[in-house]
Amino acid sequence: METNTQRLLHTFAALADLGQEIANTGDFEEMLRTSFHLLLGSLAIRRGAVGEYNRDLGQLRLVAARGLGTTEELALPLSNEHARELASSSSVLSLDDAAREAARFLEDHQAVFAKVEIDLLVPLVVRDRLIGVVLLGEKASGDKFTDEDLEVICALSRHIGVGIHSHRLLEEVEHKADENQRLYDGLRAIYKETVRAFAAAIDIKDRYTQGHSVRVGKYSEIIAREMGWTDDAVEGIAIAGYLHDIGKLIVDLSVINSPERFNASESKEMSRHPAAGYEILAPISHPYADIPLMARYHHERLDGNGYPDGLKGDEIPAGAKIVTLADSFDAMTTDRPYRKKLPLEDVFADFRANTGTQFEPAVVCAFCRAFLKEIEGTSKEKRLIKLLGKNYDNVESVSPLLNALISDLNGGVMTVGAGH
Amino acid sequence: MADTTGETPVQARCIGDTTIIYASDYLNKLSGERIERECKRQLESGCRALVISFRDTELVNSIGVSILMGVIDASEQNNARLIFSDVNSHTADLFEMLGLTRHVSLAKDEGEALSLVDPQTNAAGSAS
Repeated sequence: METNTQRLLHTFAALADLGQEIANTGDFEEMLRTSFHLLLGSLAIRRGAVGEYNRDLGQLRLVAARGLGTTEELALPLSNEHARELASSSSVLSLDDAAREAARFLEDHQAVFAKVEIDLLVPLVVRDRLIGVVLLGEKASGDKFTDEDLEVICALSRHIGVGIHSHRLLEEVEHKADENQRLYDGLRAIYKETVRAFAAAIDIKDRYTQGHSVRVGKYSEIIAREMGWTDDAVEGIAIAGYLHDIGKLIVDLSVINSPERFNASESKEMSRHPAAGYEILAPISHPYADIPLMARYHHERLDGNGYPDGLKGDEIPAGAKIVTLADSFDAMTTDRPYRKKLPLEDVFADFRANTGTQFEPAVVCAFCRAFLKEIEGTSKEKRLIKLLGKNYDNVESVSPLLNALISDLNGGVMTVGAGH
Repeated sequence: MADTTGETPVQARCIGDTTIIYASDYLNKLSGERIERECKRQLESGCRALVISFRDTELVNSIGVSILMGVIDASEQNNARLIFSDVNSHTADLFEMLGLTRHVSLAKDEGEALSLVDPQTNAAGSAS
């Protein structure tokens, strides 16, 4: 084969390999080393280095080097002024010709470069900015670099420059993404703390239901998890539980703290709280979906006899159905001014009686399953049992009730109410 | 002659203070650096002549050339003889064109390569 053709083929193969290597951004160091091998091997250049310029540090750090001995670990100071000069200089600077820009830089490091016998300096420039430099020594043949050689060097070096630039951009994007994630996590943490503070404020207003909102949040979370909701959705439903009674902040204190069952006028006043809660929560940008709707609809019923909007069945958002059950469970298992808390047998009898009319069957079923898992010890945590507190010391006794309820719900034995 | 890098060891054979290293198909990728490392290791442990056998190497690309330049440098620094054997005609032309043959002797096979090295040095052979 004719020498020139063979030379061209060898160079073209190097260029093709280099393009493929630059596209592979998996391992930057490996990409650089391979690219540098390709550059040196394309013309059999005996020694050289790739230096990456760090503008902030004013430093040129050798990131790939061969044949330079101990110099390979070098980091050379390179001022911004010199960097600008190199960026605006011609594509390949021959040190023999002592190009002005290169000379200034090289003069500063004369001792270093004399020792390692560097002949050429190629500034790596992307978008008018110096990214780095390629330093090259003599060819194995001992011949001078031809114009064709210099073109090959420029083409291959440009690829390396683009590779370094792309890597930097990727690093910047990753850094910014990490920073944004941290900010977002911080905001979410602040949001959650604020929500908890609100829940505490709501519960303080009602001296008979202290801790109610927090417990409803936790019950809702347990039910949603049992129903297979995503982590994010489970977090959201917990927040909805914490805030479901926020509308009580506008309800007259004397009504909330009435020691008797509500009369008609008090009931009317009290029934304002879901819609009021919605009004309070709707203008806020929540990081979770439908929080205001869950507050608005937590007193809706499947049969349409709830309030404020009398929604039926599937018109009620799934989250609101969960909060409804959690709210009712906590109401029945805590003392109220007009009655003591109910035995668990009565609570589950109420569930059975109202599933399909007030409560969503799938939600009741999930709650019973979660409770049963805690009783039987198949779930690690005992969150429901802990939330119930010491006053319920014989929770195991409801296992048959729970099993029967689950079985009936799964078998479709129970009558399902309106909307289903 | 254990390779301590955890990589597949480079196949090498010592005959006196000459080492024959088989380039195999490693040479044309970054893994070829292990050949350079093995050469350097042999030179540091007293090897006076290196024979790189290309009997299983069909093609040498730019990465391979660059790695071989490193071997040439290391040999020269250690005043060791470097011979490439079993180089096919296409690769031999490439080495000639790029000027590698100014630094390396080419031999048609291992026997010829060993004969280029001082015969007395290779009196006793051992494999690794």
